[in-house]
Amino acid sequence: MSLPFYVPPEQLVKDRAEFARKGIARGRSIVAIEYDQGILILAENPSDTLHKISEIYDRVAFAGVGKFNEFESLRVAGTRNADLRGYLYSRSDVNAKTLANAFSQTLGNIFTHEVKPFEVEILVAELGINDVPNHLYRVTYDGTLSDERSVCAIGGQSEALDELLRGASFTPKPLETTIRRVAEVFGQVLDRDIDGWEAAVLDGTESRRTFRRLSDADVAAALS
Amino acid sequence: MERPTSSFTDLLESLGLEPKWNLPEGRGTLEVPIATTVLALTFVDGVVMVGDRQATEGHLVAHRLIRKVFEADRFSAVAISGTAGIAVDLVRLFQTELEHYEKLEGTRLSLEGKATYLGRMVRQQLPLAFQGLVVIPLFAGYDESDKVGRLYTYDVVGGRYEEREYGATGSGARDAKAYLRSAYRADLDESGALEAGVRALVAAAEVDTATGGPDLARGILPNVVTVTERGFENVDEEVVRDLASAALEVIR
Repeated sequence: MSLPFYVPPEQLVKDRAEFARKGIARGRSIVAIEYDQGILILAENPSDTLHKISEIYDRVAFAGVGKFNEFESLRVAGTRNADLRGYLYSRSDVNAKTLANAFSQTLGNIFTHEVKPFEVEILVAELGINDVPNHLYRVTYDGTLSDERSVCAIGGQSEALDELLRGASFTPKPLETTIRRVAEVFGQVLDRDIDGWEAAVLDGTESRRTFRRLSDADVAAALS
Repeated sequence: MERPTSSFTDLLESLGLEPKWNLPEGRGTLEVPIATTVLALTFVDGVVMVGDRQATEGHLVAHRLIRKVFEADRFSAVAISGTAGIAVDLVRLFQTELEHYEKLEGTRLSLEGKATYLGRMVRQQLPLAFQGLVVIPLFAGYDESDKVGRLYTYDVVGGRYEEREYGATGSGARDAKAYLRSAYRADLDESGALEAGVRALVAAAEVDTATGGPDLARGILPNVVTVTERGFENVDEEVVRDLASAALEVIR
């Protein structure tokens, strides 16, 4: 009987992390940023139908970068979880923290137990209500969960985008100004033409389902 | 493909959480609150739906202010008659089902698709109906592709019937329909349809004791909603009060 080769756990984790990071670095970035009446989520996405940004619940949105089938399965699981909770208890019992936690558990388990880790990064945004602040959660391929303030970027160029958008101090601006600013920073960081936008907002002026997609025309109008 | 699909009910079933009742043999004699007259009519830009507010338990008024007309999703409304407790739960499941489908698939079901699904939900209640716990909905909405308002009535076995002009269900339905038969015109505009709808409800409440008419002294007004190109909208309470007092004036 032959013994399997011994691989130290440090090496195993390092190899897997490197593999996942490589996949994500190829992915296009997504930014979530507060504006004066809500949260804007903007992504570079050439497709009109294969969405990277989606509605999860009344005040919660989801965005994913990396392999489409992998973050799509997480999105579906998240929507099921949220609808189930809202139906069994109350609509106000659905929140981003629980969902981000569930994503974190799932990704963490897949990272250590499965043959191949998921090559994805997930963003969960929640619009605050009644003096509760907005929440932006970021979950990475290994299940690391972080809570960001005001600005959250995921994907290949996330660090550069985050740094430029946050600047020295951050104050929420009107929607159109915010779209222009994010587009400008994308241009600066990527140094090439953008291959189509996908944009959505969690709109604080809506009372129940706050998620709304912005059409190409809406984005073009803000950028002109 | 693996289950569950885009259906929320399938998801509940896979987890053993679907609504279910263990019923004793034979016909039940439970006294449960019954919800009564709801009606809908089409007009040039969409549909109007009106419902009374009273729940009746035998000879008693169980609740004076229950809601029987609900937003199903952005472009449709659903109203209920029959056993109130079961009906309200059915509506909640129906709303979740439509929203769940919309979010997973990224597109809304067609109006006919929603109506068919509601019929299936009513059919699943059939064992309960044999126990005397009947639920009959009324469904109306704005067809986004054909740009018209449509409405559907149901029977106890889940049969779905599209009505071109008006429909009503509940104990006061016969009288409401009798009023609408003479008042309905194909060229009704929104204000005309609102007036006809509220008057039909008042006419039903006059004859049917289980239907609660508008009670201006107590401030009890019927639920009146419209579904048009703009989506589902509750009609302003002030407008409903004026319509109701005018309708009561005519009767007097």
